[in-house]
Amino acid sequence: MSTTNYDPRILKAPHPVPGAPDNWKRFFSFNTDAKVIGIQYIATSLFFLLVGGLLAMIVRGELITPPADLVDPSVYNGLYTMHGTVMLFLFLFPILNGFNNLLIPTMIGAPDMAFPKLNAAAFWLVPVFAVVLMGSFFAPGGPASSGWWSYPPMSIQNPLGHFINGQFLWILAVALSGISSIMGAVNFVTTIIRMRAPGMGFFKMPIFVWTAWAAQTIQLVGLPALTGGAVMLLFDLSFGTTFFRPEGGGDPVLFQHFFWFYSHPAVYVLVLPVFGIFSELFPVYARKPLFGYRFVAIASFGITFLSLIVWVHHMFYSGTPMWMRNLFMATTMLIAVPTGVKVFAWLGTLWKGNLRLNTPMLFCLGGLFNFIFAGITGVMLATVPIDVHVGNTYFVVAHFHYVIFNTIGFGVFAGIYHWFPKFTGRMYYEGLGKVHFALTFIGATLNWLPLHWAGLLGMPRRVASYDPEFAIWNVIASIGAFMLGVASIPFILNMVSSWARGPKAPPNPWRAIGLEWLLPSPPPAENFEDDIPTVISEPYGYGLGHPLVEDEEFYVRRSLEA
Amino acid sequence: MTTTSPKKSPNIGAIVIIVVAVVLNLVIAKLMATWSYSWFPPQASTAAPYVDDLFALETGIGSFIFFGCTGVMGWVLLFNRAGKYDESDGAPIEGNTKLEITWTVIPLLLVFTIAFYSMKVNDTLNTLGPKQKYSLGTDTRELITADPIAQVGPIQVIARQWSWEFIYPNGVRSSELHLPIDQRVNLQLQSEDVIHSFYVPAFRLKQDIVPGSLISYSLTPTRQGRFRLRDAMFSGAYMSVNQSNVIVESEEAYSDWLKRSAQKALQPGLDPGRTLYDRRIARGNKGWGTVPPAPPPLVNDPGDPSIPHDA
Repeated sequence: MSTTNYDPRILKAPHPVPGAPDNWKRFFSFNTDAKVIGIQYIATSLFFLLVGGLLAMIVRGELITPPADLVDPSVYNGLYTMHGTVMLFLFLFPILNGFNNLLIPTMIGAPDMAFPKLNAAAFWLVPVFAVVLMGSFFAPGGPASSGWWSYPPMSIQNPLGHFINGQFLWILAVALSGISSIMGAVNFVTTIIRMRAPGMGFFKMPIFVWTAWAAQTIQLVGLPALTGGAVMLLFDLSFGTTFFRPEGGGDPVLFQHFFWFYSHPAVYVLVLPVFGIFSELFPVYARKPLFGYRFVAIASFGITFLSLIVWVHHMFYSGTPMWMRNLFMATTMLIAVPTGVKVFAWLGTLWKGNLRLNTPMLFCLGGLFNFIFAGITGVMLATVPIDVHVGNTYFVVAHFHYVIFNTIGFGVFAGIYHWFPKFTGRMYYEGLGKVHFALTFIGATLNWLPLHWAGLLGMPRRVASYDPEFAIWNVIASIGAFMLGVASIPFILNMVSSWARGPKAPPNPWRAIGLEWLLPSPPPAENFEDDIPTVISEPYGYGLGHPLVEDEEFYVRRSLEA
Repeated sequence: MTTTSPKKSPNIGAIVIIVVAVVLNLVIAKLMATWSYSWFPPQASTAAPYVDDLFALETGIGSFIFFGCTGVMGWVLLFNRAGKYDESDGAPIEGNTKLEITWTVIPLLLVFTIAFYSMKVNDTLNTLGPKQKYSLGTDTRELITADPIAQVGPIQVIARQWSWEFIYPNGVRSSELHLPIDQRVNLQLQSEDVIHSFYVPAFRLKQDIVPGSLISYSLTPTRQGRFRLRDAMFSGAYMSVNQSNVIVESEEAYSDWLKRSAQKALQPGLDPGRTLYDRRIARGNKGWGTVPPAPPPLVNDPGDPSIPHDA
């Protein structure tokens, strides 16, 4: 391959960009280019998706029969705890930060993040706490096995009495993850506020940037509460304090408040950027402007605000007083309003469109379909009398997997396929992508739809064994889970072979409107360098016939020449 | 597609399609709501019908929204797909403020209606079976009268890693909970180690038992049978087997059982985690760390876990 295929600016840049020859080593270095960091995040988190998926399949293997017969119950508890922890802290948070790194600077026309070194440091904390967390498998007594909530007093029992134990390492890893996330959040929010292209007022920003901003605001407000709670838990576990130990005057329920004050909004940290991905992709593949752009943008911050005042809905049967349950039921249900605004806007965008069903669009449509379902079971769970019955059962497990995998996971896959050509400079294979979608959609539906009924009938979550009447739902679920495992094969094949030898991608293969599509594929290190375009229109002007930026032909020509 | 007439004339075809779709959707929603009653265990407490009604209501509304939204998706997938070489744009509609305000206000009213209705149900359920959390050390005289109109009780419910123990007012201890039908019973829930949860799916009731506090919990069973009591809060290694049964029987059978049990000597009660733990020890204590099960409670009637449960 000759180097003349590349934009000369790529070759002279101090930090070469993905796809340029002979510089793969930068992905393993302390590189400060947001696009390199973005790919570092995404590659790392996809690896941990496989780890978390493998743990999930052992869990589903255990649950395919009623008795606990595959692994010891104590091992099962460690596996499901680590499955949840890996999926949240090593797959979902990092992969969405990967998208933030790739998309925020290119979408707002910034050359890089506001604090590139902080950005690289935030990423390199991920492998550090990954090692701590994975190392806990080898700690005496095994890894943490109290669920990702780690409710005391169960989590601070420390049965073997070692100072270094699985729970200790788990808290350490979660605290490091929190530090990394706060570093990232400071960076993203500053970049969005301070570094937009000329002319890009807040109401000319793409929705992904709006949602990333709304999500990272939650990180800044909520994470300190979790970190504080985690530090106290660590002190109770290791140094004999009694913040949460009743025998020393502590209150176990207090930890639940600290934990959920952040960990419920955390779901919105994950889902908001996915709403952003949906809002970017539906207009492109329906060839229509986003329906009600301003409403969708403002709804993001409506969700941010409401997400911070709903946490007690996780504690309706923890002995909370009635006024508290009523209040938090109402606030929780209110979230359906801004979320509904978004859903209806997407439907309005699809209406009378000219739909192109390629892989990213299929994942978006599948994700939206699943999300509407998840939203409805969400309102059911917010209803106190119903939650008292189905809370802590498989109904909850089914609901949150419908959100976290069937919506967020689908959105992540849609985003990967959609922006793959932009940031690798290669096209992916459409056929493999569609196989991946079909297997994922069927597998995910088989896996989580039946579990709603198991929950309604009263099967508690986190069990290693269960009464035989729940067997049928679990057999179907396990088959779905194994199918999801199989679905990773076409995905990995597609990603690896496309990046290695896929057809070269043009700058704008989807005929999309947005600053990132005015850049060459892959974009040079400093994006637009000194020629930052001046934005003159709202995003998503499909079919409206007016240009997005001043002198648009110049940028299109330059991206093609690269 | 050249329908660019500026004059708005009512499109009879579209109106008919929309009316038919809405009626069809209402019928499906009603069917789903009716069907939803069969997704639950039998109703065995005074609380259960309220929970099931509320769930059916939300299933109906939810189904209407779900099939409405996905119906739109299905429609565009059928009729608005681009041809292979069709690169044209869709209709350049940027929004519609009236529509957007409508779909903000209607869901707002809807969730407020559901929330207020649920609060009323909360009140009703609280009258049927009040719950009150006391910190340990509260005056015991206050606790005895925690629910003055309860007809049975207070029955002490003690949760441990991993067994259940029930102590009746006459001093009888058991591993399975016996209750007389149609009588309001007051339970006093306590945990000796970690958080457990008292969950009887057939009653539609669940209450976390937080160590360091005592929870007064009242309920009225309405159906005879053996119903599973499950520990719904993760409580460590053998949480999954920390199950027992609630036996709802006639008043005569209940008082008869109390009398017979009072004459029985104390013996080790059900201790479901023990078998698994012993097996683990026999295999060389392999596996990841766990605290050992608490010693089994000494009870008059350990019950018989081999009898099949009704729900």
